Amino acid sequence: MKKIVILGAGTGGTIMANRLRKLLERDQWEITIVDQSKTHYYQPGFLFIPFGMYTKEDVIKPKMNFLPGGVHVIFEQIEKIDATNNHVILNDGVILQYDLLIVATGTHTCPEETPGMTGPLWHKDIFDFYTIDGAIALADFFKTWQGGELVVNIADMPIKCPVAPLEFAMFADAFFVERGLRNKVNITYVTPMSGAFTKPRASKVLSALLEEKNIHIVPDFYIERIDNEKKAIISYDEKEILFDCLVTIPVHKGDPAIGVSGLGDEMNFMKANKHTMQSDLFPNIFVIGDASNFPTSKAGSVVHFEADVLTENIMCAIENRPFTASYDGHANCFIETGFGKGALIDFNYDTEPLPGSFPFPGIGPLGLLKETRANHYGKVMFRWIYWHILLKGKEMPIDSKMTMAGKKL
Amino acid sequence: MGQKLIAGINIDVNDEGYLTNSSQWNKEIAVEIAKEEGIEITEKHLAVVNFIRDKFLKGENLTIRSVGNSGIVDIKGFYSLFPGAPMKKAAKIAGIPKPSSCV
Repeated sequence: MKKIVILGAGTGGTIMANRLRKLLERDQWEITIVDQSKTHYYQPGFLFIPFGMYTKEDVIKPKMNFLPGGVHVIFEQIEKIDATNNHVILNDGVILQYDLLIVATGTHTCPEETPGMTGPLWHKDIFDFYTIDGAIALADFFKTWQGGELVVNIADMPIKCPVAPLEFAMFADAFFVERGLRNKVNITYVTPMSGAFTKPRASKVLSALLEEKNIHIVPDFYIERIDNEKKAIISYDEKEILFDCLVTIPVHKGDPAIGVSGLGDEMNFMKANKHTMQSDLFPNIFVIGDASNFPTSKAGSVVHFEADVLTENIMCAIENRPFTASYDGHANCFIETGFGKGALIDFNYDTEPLPGSFPFPGIGPLGLLKETRANHYGKVMFRWIYWHILLKGKEMPIDSKMTMAGKKL
Repeated sequence: MGQKLIAGINIDVNDEGYLTNSSQWNKEIAVEIAKEEGIEITEKHLAVVNFIRDKFLKGENLTIRSVGNSGIVDIKGFYSLFPGAPMKKAAKIAGIPKPSSCV
């Protein structure tokens, strides 16, 4: 009996468990999946919680609901991957032997990386919305807040879903307009990037959208620390921005187990080939999703496209054939812009987000890089698609390779 | 895209002055570009420049934090070597493309 071990039962690990269990004979391949938590979080939903649009119940379900029969599920922390001996050591001392290993351990926020962040103001005037606790604490705070300086700050890149902070700022604009408080709330968007987004054309469109909504952008700000007494964020070159409410997107890192196993970069993101998804160091180790160091978005759509490629390449590896699939960096992200509208971007490693229509050229119904109502409904519907189709590894009507059809250069 | 005479050689650069062919780079070019950026190159600058060139040529991600973890200089020191926008300035001096900051 040969063994596949999947580390992480989030979006990527769950999809791969579903896909591989269907493809591989049960009497030949044993599949084991390991995760430290029993709860599956619908992470795109966290954004909606601070504004009272979703509650905790909308974004959590048991992981077991999405894992197929015939897969061993272990809920335990991973201590280390001993890649030279092909085994994984768990926290309770259990050792899992593998023939093929899939790393899907994701990324998490590290507020402790920024001095002062988890000080006396943490979850009182300083919030994150990338964790369920932070999102709920912020929802409670907003219920009674009477206004002031609202600062949204990205600590460093990469982060999960690089459009989420923008969506947050635009939702905040709509939220305070609807509450009649917008004239008492100044919204400032402080980013280490040179503009609103990482890619030039989208950055231009999104920057203009923020200006239109009277959201002030401060670019090239790289936070060093937070002064809790002064209520200020301070950059490495000693620029200061005062806040009454700080919404931070903390530094992100990969799983510490990747670091201690010598498979990661300095942020514990696993080093692997960005096209084949195979480890640079060990041919029987693969990576999917946020855990990798690939230069594309850390987002669910990326995981879904990567799953197509990884499934094919794992079958190649099993059958001793050269890899036939190559991941192009395809990402497809809805951007909520508030007031029932949304935008959509579609891009890959080489092509930045461009205007146009999606998925059908000239027809849509979704518009690329522009605000429409259809895009908003696309995002709203996505939660259902996520729970019922995507996690189960079923076919989606969007190709894993990006297409230029429908895009305007 | 065009060419620019730097340290006596015609070098391919883009509109913003970043080298488009990083193999044309040498130490003299680094010194010249640094001067344009108002920086007097020291051994410390060069150690950082070599570190980020090396990372770039290996196809690895470049971030301010990765330079801060390099053991050559901490982030504060990186800012004082290349004031304002350290990654952009250091990349220009190192003859590599402007960092797009990871998506």
